[in-house]
Amino acid sequence: MTIKVLGSGCMNCRTLEQRTIEAMKLLNISAPIEKVTDFQQIASYGVMRTPSLVIDNRVVVQGHVPTVAQLQEILKQEVV
Amino acid sequence: MKQKTGILAALLVLWAVLYSNLETLADFIVNSIFHLGKNGPLTSAVHFFIFEVPKVLLLLTLIVFAVGIVRSYFSPERTRKILGGKKLFIGNILSSMLGIVTPFCSCSAIPLFLGFVESGIPLGVTFSFLIAAPMINEIAVVLLFGLFGWKVALVYIITGLSIAIVSGYIIGRLKLERYVEEWVYKIQVHHEAAEETKVSSSERIDAGIDAVKEIVAKVWVYIVVGIAVGAAIHGYVPENFMASLMGKSAWWSVPVSVLIGIPMYSNAAGIIPVVQALLEKGASLGTVLAFMMSVIGLSFPETIILRKVLKLPLIFIFVGIVGTGIIMVGYLFNLIY
Repeated sequence: MTIKVLGSGCMNCRTLEQRTIEAMKLLNISAPIEKVTDFQQIASYGVMRTPSLVIDNRVVVQGHVPTVAQLQEILKQEVV
Repeated sequence: MKQKTGILAALLVLWAVLYSNLETLADFIVNSIFHLGKNGPLTSAVHFFIFEVPKVLLLLTLIVFAVGIVRSYFSPERTRKILGGKKLFIGNILSSMLGIVTPFCSCSAIPLFLGFVESGIPLGVTFSFLIAAPMINEIAVVLLFGLFGWKVALVYIITGLSIAIVSGYIIGRLKLERYVEEWVYKIQVHHEAAEETKVSSSERIDAGIDAVKEIVAKVWVYIVVGIAVGAAIHGYVPENFMASLMGKSAWWSVPVSVLIGIPMYSNAAGIIPVVQALLEKGASLGTVLAFMMSVIGLSFPETIILRKVLKLPLIFIFVGIVGTGIIMVGYLFNLIY
């Protein structure tokens, strides 16, 4: 599983990254988190809102920061 | 859902009761708790503060909630779809209006710009969106409505829209695509973003509540500080003090206000209460409106962000055209009022 956080490094992107790490810990998932800050790359995912979360090249979160609980749900769905 | 509606209805009643009794409440606090005299600058300043802060916060909560629900019907993806294939002018009008209702934050300006351009939306139409979205936001409208009344709020929306439409149209006609960084047109989307899922009405209410939590938490400090500064001006700055500086008779006041406003970075929440107090001391509406628009609509950090995708000449043209539009609005209102 590869996890990417897309965003130019604003507050929200860091919060999303932290919450994702936390949600992964709670679910005992370990995977590297990659931060994508290059706009060209961000745009290549077809997203127009940051921060976004990409799991295995699928955009699962766009333009908002879900709670840790919501992120756990998202992660669970992606793992199955 | 039923329970949610019930709670919301109860909150709305509470809101109305509070809102309609603010004057009495402020009088009570000033007279019976602080024991301040009937007149005098301190009474006037304290009363202004105690009355305006809860009023603006109450208005903000209600409007942000409503806007949060409205925005749950819109997304940049949807806006892009609507704008696809629209010609200049009609496209500019639509784009400016969508700029108001589409969820937008300046940190997303670049991905949004890229997303629009990549799907073939004309540069001018994209600019109309980028001008309207930050300039006409719910916080500005709430504060204008709360502190100046509905007429000024409406005037602000209409003139803001006009500036966005006309500026975008001009940029479109000037064919400035060559001043967009080359890599922008080479972007290839490898992964289609997930399709939008259906949103239930319960989720829309949640979206409204989330918007309130997020925005009110972010701007309340600016509102309190802004109103405090406004209250000090209200109580202590003599009447007509601003007339010579920002009054109608000073012809240069409009362009100077705009020039000062561009590098200033504040959100609507901080600047509007101050501006309202200035108006009370003899500044003229057009000058004040121009100042406010340039602070909110043409912000320095945002132009720096845009530099990533636009070459310098286009940045200058953009700032120049919008700035000129704002100056014209300023003169127009000084002439009318």
